[in-house]
Amino acid sequence: MSKISSLADLRKKREELQAGMDIRIRALNPENIVQVKVAMATCGIASGSKTIMEFFLEQLDRRNIEGVVTQTGCMGYCYAEPTIEVKLPGQDPVVFGFVDLKRADQIIEKYIKTGELVDGIIPVNYQTIDLKE
Amino acid sequence: MKSLALNILDIVQNSIRARANEITIRITESSEEDIYTIEIRDNGSGIPDGIIDNVTDPFVTTRTTRKIGMGLPLLRHHAELTGGSLKIKSKEGMGTEIKATFSFRHLDRQPLGDITGVLKIIIAANPGIDFIYNHLTDKGEYSFSTRETKEYLETDSLYENSLLDDIAGMIGENLKGIGATGFDYRGNV
Repeated sequence: MSKISSLADLRKKREELQAGMDIRIRALNPENIVQVKVAMATCGIASGSKTIMEFFLEQLDRRNIEGVVTQTGCMGYCYAEPTIEVKLPGQDPVVFGFVDLKRADQIIEKYIKTGELVDGIIPVNYQTIDLKE
Repeated sequence: MKSLALNILDIVQNSIRARANEITIRITESSEEDIYTIEIRDNGSGIPDGIIDNVTDPFVTTRTTRKIGMGLPLLRHHAELTGGSLKIKSKEGMGTEIKATFSFRHLDRQPLGDITGVLKIIIAANPGIDFIYNHLTDKGEYSFSTRETKEYLETDSLYENSLLDDIAGMIGENLKGIGATGFDYRGNV
């Protein structure tokens, strides 16, 4: 593959790729796909959230998971950065703290793929449970 | 912050939170004139008059999740370490312009770092914002615009990992071409 150094090169590569395979059409409704939000404030950036966001962008694509990766501001968990919020379709969002590459991999393999919870969850939403007496 | 690119990623978050829809990042470097500047301009909500003189005070912030804001103070610190300065111009409702000036050759001036990775991230995470990146060196100038790229590729969205990687690679090639210094070069895969 020759080097891409101009918009014309970029378009040429797009055309080659699209001729060779089906263009993947992203689900328009974000409710139906996995949403990953990476906290990207000063505290997050200083703790490595850039690497984590790049990892999710690359790995969701590589592991064929329909998802969208975006960023959010500081969620107030500066002590636990990098933090990410993962929302599986039809479920409440879950916030994970101290996310390094190893934990990011576990989050994809366990939580996103199978729904199994992994370490590092920060409880955000408290709900009262009505106990039947 | 280990590199100037991370500082840029941080400061751009201010513009995003100010609901800007166009953000311009401009880097000017000249080893001949011993100057390295980073300018970030947005058309967001601007900084209220009451706090503009104090925004580089870590204990001044408009956010509500916590009471301190370290973004601008850190950038000012890094600039002043090299004998440079940070200037902020802002008008409420019109937008904000910040300019950090560094000494190019000063030992404490951080390298630019992974600027193409930073651009990849902010483009991916903010589909509704037009980003313009402009880099000027002694040898030449390079400009990248997400709007121009979308028009050229006839697409509404640049959100696709391989496309983003190609864009990052393209920017890297061009930065290399104009002799930009200190950035983490990632060639096209």
